[in-house]
Amino acid sequence: MQNMLTLISNVFRLGNASKNVGTRMVVSARSFADFTPQASFPIKKCDLHRLEEGPSDEALLTREQGLQYYRTMQTVRRMELKADQLYKQKIIRGFCHLYDGQEACAMGIEAGINPTDHLITAYRAHGYTFTRGVAVREILAELTGRRGGVAKGKGGSMHMYAKNFYGGNGIVGAQVPLGAGVALACQYQGNNQVCVTLYGDGAANQGQIFESFNMAALWKLPCIFICENNKFGMGTSVERSSASTDYYKRGDYIPGLKVDGMDVLCVREAIRFAADYCRAGKGPIVMELETYRYHGHSMSDPGVSYRTREEIQEVRTKNDPISMLKERMLSNNMSSVEELKEIDLEIRKVIEDAAQYAISDPEPSLDELCNHIYARDPPMEVRGTNPWVKLKSVS
Amino acid sequence: MASLRSFLRSGKNAVSVVLRREFSETSPAAVQVNVRDALNQAMDEELERDERVFLLGEEVAQYDGAYKVSRGLWKKYGDKRIIDTPITEMGFAGIAVGAAFAGLRPICEFMTWNFSMQAIDQVINSAAKTYYMSAGFQTVPIVFRGPNGSSAGVAAQHSQCFAAWYGHCPGLKVVSPWNSEDARGLLKAAIRDDNPVVFLENEMMYGVPFELSEEMMHKDFVIPIGKAKVERQGTHITLVSHSRCVGFCLDAAAVLAKEGVECEVVNLRTIRPLDVDTIEASVMKTGNLVTVEGGWPQYGVGAEICARIMEGPAFNYLDAPAVRVTGVDIPMPYAKILEDHSVPQIKDIIFSVKKVLNM
Repeated sequence: MQNMLTLISNVFRLGNASKNVGTRMVVSARSFADFTPQASFPIKKCDLHRLEEGPSDEALLTREQGLQYYRTMQTVRRMELKADQLYKQKIIRGFCHLYDGQEACAMGIEAGINPTDHLITAYRAHGYTFTRGVAVREILAELTGRRGGVAKGKGGSMHMYAKNFYGGNGIVGAQVPLGAGVALACQYQGNNQVCVTLYGDGAANQGQIFESFNMAALWKLPCIFICENNKFGMGTSVERSSASTDYYKRGDYIPGLKVDGMDVLCVREAIRFAADYCRAGKGPIVMELETYRYHGHSMSDPGVSYRTREEIQEVRTKNDPISMLKERMLSNNMSSVEELKEIDLEIRKVIEDAAQYAISDPEPSLDELCNHIYARDPPMEVRGTNPWVKLKSVS
Repeated sequence: MASLRSFLRSGKNAVSVVLRREFSETSPAAVQVNVRDALNQAMDEELERDERVFLLGEEVAQYDGAYKVSRGLWKKYGDKRIIDTPITEMGFAGIAVGAAFAGLRPICEFMTWNFSMQAIDQVINSAAKTYYMSAGFQTVPIVFRGPNGSSAGVAAQHSQCFAAWYGHCPGLKVVSPWNSEDARGLLKAAIRDDNPVVFLENEMMYGVPFELSEEMMHKDFVIPIGKAKVERQGTHITLVSHSRCVGFCLDAAAVLAKEGVECEVVNLRTIRPLDVDTIEASVMKTGNLVTVEGGWPQYGVGAEICARIMEGPAFNYLDAPAVRVTGVDIPMPYAKILEDHSVPQIKDIIFSVKKVLNM
């Protein structure tokens, strides 16, 4: 109401000014006065396994949240595209598994848990590294192998860590028992925290995942197992790898839900539901996020030998997570094209600055080579490539 | 008050000083403790000392341990801290490592180290390498322990020695105790260490008693990881060994002493990091070296020791090439006569010493 009065009084004050100024004033007055503060959106119902009820089929989104989700997802999108560019320029080398297309998963999960909760994922990890709090410049500098990288250039794409974020793991499936172990620690310490443990459709057939399911269920660990099903394990489609593609049911005795992973609100509601379930001491839960990656498996995979360009294009036009959010916000007057464009420009600057940093930051010093072998130990000697080279290692 | 302050400041090194002052009037009250009980008491004391420490593995709780090493611990500490796992090594080893990531201090028991091969990815890729990959951000304070090497009549799949396999990998500490003092002091050190430690026990040593002094029975008695011990002084030849074979070396040394050959016996205690300095000092004194181990010869612990001696100052002091006594290069057979001839015996050590000394 207050804002409406300001708007009206502005218009009357400027009534005699030139048409252009008046129009401009009205537009900028709109940018903070006229937007819908929040709206409720119907979301796709989740398929349920061994659950009587699932998450709500309606999600409340405030303008603030919408802008935050948009900003985060767009940042991840732009960051991954920048990584693609740097890789093609050979400034990034080795493994680089890009996350563009799957942003709603990382954002939705982060929106539904607390910063004090825990998360672990596999190698397609840049998006989660960002949502768990690492700056874009530290991520890109890690990819370019510089000393300003989040792991000082010693980890690379698949080995980035942060508080309550346990990477980034290179061995397919190994992160799942690790995540169950983090959940065990949460239970042991009685801190009411949960661990989100992610794996892909390719990893879903790993034996150690079923071993983790068993122990998590036996001991009622507060572990949310999440399968990010992007339809392909490297170049192998789910139909060719899995006798059962109902990944949300693979936990068998563990309840599961299947979620639209392209809708950030769907993901958020589902993870809230799952986290409540775990915190109530009911044990683990399995979630399948149906999602899609635009890039191939990694930068060495064009991604079109095992799927069609048409399929990729179709997802981009009909199902893109960022476009979906944008459309929701615009059509409900929760933001404007101009405001979102502003945000895009800000993000572009952040990414450009980060890329500049990642290119210009020096590589790690050779003194770093042998450090971090052991923690909290006195300095020791490490053999070099030949017996006369004795290198120093500090913790 | 001043002594208390200086004690607290200097930490565990000061323990023996304090004890000497307190107990110098009384005669040391030594006790006979077998290796099993030494391990049990070490775990008990560390569980009591730090509530983040817990034990998990197959049969560790209600069964009291497959080899009874964890006897009584479940009764005392309960389900939360002594956890029976299903027979899923890869899963529970990974869970243990994850718990270590998140701030606990797990002891993960493998019923024997042979079964660790199911989980070796978690030991190497998830535990050993993480501190380095994270550039010092993520510590992994975990102990993996269990019986290693040959037993009696358990045949090929249950008799392998993994000292060389794990000793190969940077980021791990690998420890191989021989007697009760080693078992107690090294296990305490391993549990208190903030790094992943592979703790290689020996099933045949579990029931063997050794004398432990009062100092060794103190609850803060730790043996530094990475330091070998000279168990017997000698002048003519150095015998370097680990685990059960240390005992064989001492027995061989006793026999050889009657013939005027004085062997210096070095107990490695730690496989990685290897205490090359102690070995070199011994070889520079005696001029001759024989390594003794239960594992296979190729790419083994003895091979590493010989290579290091070649590359270092001690080479110039060698009067003869260094030689290895090892297990026979075959999968372990079952029949007793075959098994007995698959592992180094005292006569093999004596034979090798005489060959090296050209006797």
